[in-house]
Order: sequence, then structure tokens, then C-alpha cells
Amino acid sequence: MICFNDVTIRLQDRVILDDLKVELSEKRIGIIGLNGSGKSTFARLINGLQIPSSGSVTVDGFCTKKKGRQVRRQVGFVFQNPENQIVYPTVEEDLAFGLKNLKIEKSRVPEVIHEELDKYDLSHLASRLTHQLSGGEKQMVALIGVLIMAPQYLVMDEPTTLLDLKNKNRLMSVISGLEQSVLLVTHDLDLLNDFDRVLCIHDQKLVADGPPAEVKKYYQSLCGL
Amino acid sequence: MISLYHHGDTVFHKCPAGVKLLALVALCTGVFVFESIWSVTVALVLVLCLYPLARLPLKSVLDQLRPMMILLLILFLAQGLINTWSMAVFISVRFAALILAAGFVTLTSRTSDMISALETLLRPFSRWLAVEKISLALSLAIRFIPVIAGVTREVKEAQRVRGLERSLFAVAMPVIIRTLKMGTHIAEALDARSFDSNDRKGKND
Repeated sequence: MICFNDVTIRLQDRVILDDLKVELSEKRIGIIGLNGSGKSTFARLINGLQIPSSGSVTVDGFCTKKKGRQVRRQVGFVFQNPENQIVYPTVEEDLAFGLKNLKIEKSRVPEVIHEELDKYDLSHLASRLTHQLSGGEKQMVALIGVLIMAPQYLVMDEPTTLLDLKNKNRLMSVISGLEQSVLLVTHDLDLLNDFDRVLCIHDQKLVADGPPAEVKKYYQSLCGL
Repeated sequence: MISLYHHGDTVFHKCPAGVKLLALVALCTGVFVFESIWSVTVALVLVLCLYPLARLPLKSVLDQLRPMMILLLILFLAQGLINTWSMAVFISVRFAALILAAGFVTLTSRTSDMISALETLLRPFSRWLAVEKISLALSLAIRFIPVIAGVTREVKEAQRVRGLERSLFAVAMPVIIRTLKMGTHIAEALDARSFDSNDRKGKND
């Protein structure tokens, strides 16, 4: 379970998130809000990329401030732009990076990589140069780079923003088949139809929390629709 | 260098990258120690023989030499005019042997294997050097050369639309700012992928 305990984030004089208190245990959770509302900061708090100015965030009892390493092992993070997430020149080298960080036995690494790529019919990408992949392929490689580390939770910050409709559907069908709990930050409300719970963040506060239809309606009213 | 690896299943592909790098160092030293046209010609022929043995296409030999052709030509002419023509042949053959040998190592070794080999070679110095960080920095440099080239191209196109493509400032500033921002995102991505920079000095899996 992920717990936000009276979390506030301040950057200089600006409040980015204000006194958040929420517990997250559902399998599929959506996070929506206007630009600058604080939803990306909310997502980054979950795996310790951002540390609260006051309050605390815990993931399965591990505090993100004190046990950052353990939290990051449990929480995978997929960024909006896969270009910044892929750090090695070829796909298999990049996937090996995560396994190396997990201290997986070196001799097992190629086998694990190929099993994971096979799972998503992407074995043909193994030796490809990452900078030559299409946007959709890059986002899949970034996602697999996270999934290969077998996290318990997957946080995704607008992962479909740079994708065309076909790749967006592909990514979402992969996400819907995952065993992990998924927290998806998005502006695309249609992606959240089958989700268990949606949170709406507005003006640095959690203003709506509930089933997708209800929260989406509230968000649309905020947007004047 | 941005992973020119040519997939193959030969003994040369299977040979550890560290061994190939050490052999390359030995060859480079050899062609400078044995300074005769015969020794460098033998070295060149040997290196050329390695390409078909590793089942590398002839095109890959040409690809290695093509970017250096102008430099080889300048070297040949300069040596011929300043020194003697036999010296020009000697220097050019030696230079070609070195380029092809280095190219051979690159074509038969994955970047990750070369970096691992470098890590192994640096391991004795791990008391003073953060070996894992050095190898990661090298990988990142190789990975992001084409990305930064892409950013530069995008900025140039954007500035061309505004008629500013000749302004160095108008091109350099956005590229630098975007690169710095990218650096921040990459650092976050490394953190998110459990890279522990404090746990790396002298340790390996």
C-alpha cells in the first residue's frame, strides 16, 4: 500500500502540493489534473524522486525519505519521454543495465532479457540501436526496462503523450495485462475508463477521489466543459 | 563507435573484448617498435585477413577506411613531399593497419563488452577511481551523441524558420539549455532505475 501522510512540497516560496493525505491500494489508479496542478510531483513522490518538505510517503511501510533504495526497487517509473530514460546505445545493453543494478548473475542476463522481449514480441529489437527506434518502440523499451526489474508498483507519468493512436493502444493493452499495481498520470481521460480509482489534483490539492466516471465529470467541470 | 557491432558467431566475436583490446595495444606497439615496411605490410595483411575470418563483409573494411581517406591522403602527400615517398608509403600502411585493427575490434565487440573490459582493466585502480561511474559516463556519452546531434538539428531547423540559422548564439543557447535539462532527466531516470552512485566505487555484481 502507498500512503501519503500530510505531504506538503514547497519550492522556495511556492507550494507545489499542499497537505495531501491519501492511501492507495487499488490495482489501477489514474491521476488527472490541469497543467501545473502538481500531478507529476505527486507521481514522483511515490518512488522517492521527490522528497516531501513535510509529511511522509511510505510504500509497503518503507519511507521514501529514509529507505529510498528499497522503495525504488518496489516502484518502477516510466517517464513521459523515453529518450531520457534509455541510457545505453543498444536495447539489450539498456535492459541489462537494470538487471545489473539488481545484481542479477551476469550469466543469466541475456536469458532474462530475451524472455522479457519475447513476452511482448519485441525480440527483433534486441540488438537495435536505441536512437534509431521509433517513438512507440522507444516507449516500449523504456517500459520493458522497468518491468524487467519486476517492481510491485508501476508509476507512469504521461507515457502516451508522444505516441500515435496505434502505439498508445498497444501500450495500454500491455498495461492492462500487467500484474503490478499501476498509477497512471494522464491527460487522456479515455485511458482511465476501466480503472479502479481516479484522483484529481487541482491547485496543489487533492480535490476529487473516486470512480473514473465521477472524477472525470468533476474534472471536466473544472475545465469548463 | 556508436555501437558498430556486427552480429556474428565466430571465435573473434566470442573472444573477450579485454583480450581484443590488449591484442590491439600489442599490435599498435608492435608496428611502432618494428619500423620496417615489411613489418607494417605483414601487420596490414594479417588485419585484412581477420575480416573474412570473422565473416565481416568487404563493405565494413571500406566503411572503416572511408572517413580516414582524406587524412591518409594528406598524410601520404605530406610525407612524400617533406620526407621520401617510401616513407610516405610506410606511414600510410602503418596508419591503415591501425585503423583497420581498431575497426575490427569495434565491429566484433559489443559496446557493453568493451566497457565491461575497460571496467576490468581499471579495477586495480578502484581505490582511487569510481570505476562504475566512469563506465556509465562512457556509455551515456556514446548513447547521447546522436540524441544531442538530433537536438542540434531540431534547433537549427527552428532557427532557420526564423532566419537565425547563422547566429551561433541562437543555435547554441537552446541546445545547451535543452542538454542541461536532459541531463537532469537522465539523472532522475538513473535513480529511478536503481542505479546507486554511492554503492559503486570499486564494487561490481
